[in-house]
Amino acid sequence: MDIVINGQPVKANARRLDVLLSEFSYEGDWLATAVNGELIRREERVSFVLSDGDRVEILSPMQGG
Amino acid sequence: MFEVYGVKLSSRFILGTARYPSPDVLADAVRAGGAAAVTVSLRRETVSASPAGDSGGGFWSLIKALNVPVLPNTAGCHSIKEAVTTAHMAREIFGTPWVKLEIIGNQDTLQPDVFALVEAARILTADGFDVFPYTTDDLVVAERLLDAGCEVLMPWCAPIGSARGPSNPDALRSLRGHFPDVPLIVDAGIGRPSHATCVMELGYDAVLLNTAVARANDPVYMARAFSAAVKAGRTAWHAGVLEPRDTAVPSTPVIGMAAFS
Repeated sequence: MDIVINGQPVKANARRLDVLLSEFSYEGDWLATAVNGELIRREERVSFVLSDGDRVEILSPMQGG
Repeated sequence: MFEVYGVKLSSRFILGTARYPSPDVLADAVRAGGAAAVTVSLRRETVSASPAGDSGGGFWSLIKALNVPVLPNTAGCHSIKEAVTTAHMAREIFGTPWVKLEIIGNQDTLQPDVFALVEAARILTADGFDVFPYTTDDLVVAERLLDAGCEVLMPWCAPIGSARGPSNPDALRSLRGHFPDVPLIVDAGIGRPSHATCVMELGYDAVLLNTAVARANDPVYMARAFSAAVKAGRTAWHAGVLEPRDTAVPSTPVIGMAAFS
């Protein structure tokens, strides 16, 4: 399935968001996810079914002013 | 004591976490300056087959160890949609309803898009966020932001990172006069401690800055200097600052002067 993660096109085997995170080695409770511009909460990832072409954002804390 | 959204802060100095020479210097500056809160942001994790980067986790551990309130920002957002989604993602990660709402309207000046800002503030306050809006010094925009549910205002005093200091003290003074009970925090444009003192002398409740400390030759010392400057300005505000005038007034009494002619 073709997915876009953080603006970069990838081929993914995962069909669920939580599996996608594991597939691409994103681990940690500091991550936040959105799909197609909508927040997908941590507890919702396990039931969120991905579709071909979905745009996934995976954000983490960074320095800011 | 300074209170925003029901939280009592330990000082009137809020410090950004970007552009320090090292994580250790950042931590030392926050402690040395007695920062009441720190601003943080979000970034995209890198995309790689394995393993994914965990620098976000390391940074988050550093921030948590500082044990000060965290104010996540929506830096880099240019639309209501981006800002609202980023705010929700920040709340998920940082576990705070606080959000420094930034929606940039002009790339050269990083001036806020105040129209989008008001609408995003309305959406986020309805969603339970405590919004800290990064805004201009415009009085009417300030009124709209308060109408939208903001309980604090964060006007700029000059463009972000410019270090120019208060460009329009009259506008800042006007905001203070119109909203005597609203927490006002100057955000952006402060370059040196005397700028911080200046806005605090106008009766502002706090200052938020980043670059002036982070890019100083010695950020830890500069954090100390800003801390002292903020306190000096606040003390002067309480003391009652003398208003300037156009003509001289003798400070020595003229009654009883000797006549030698």
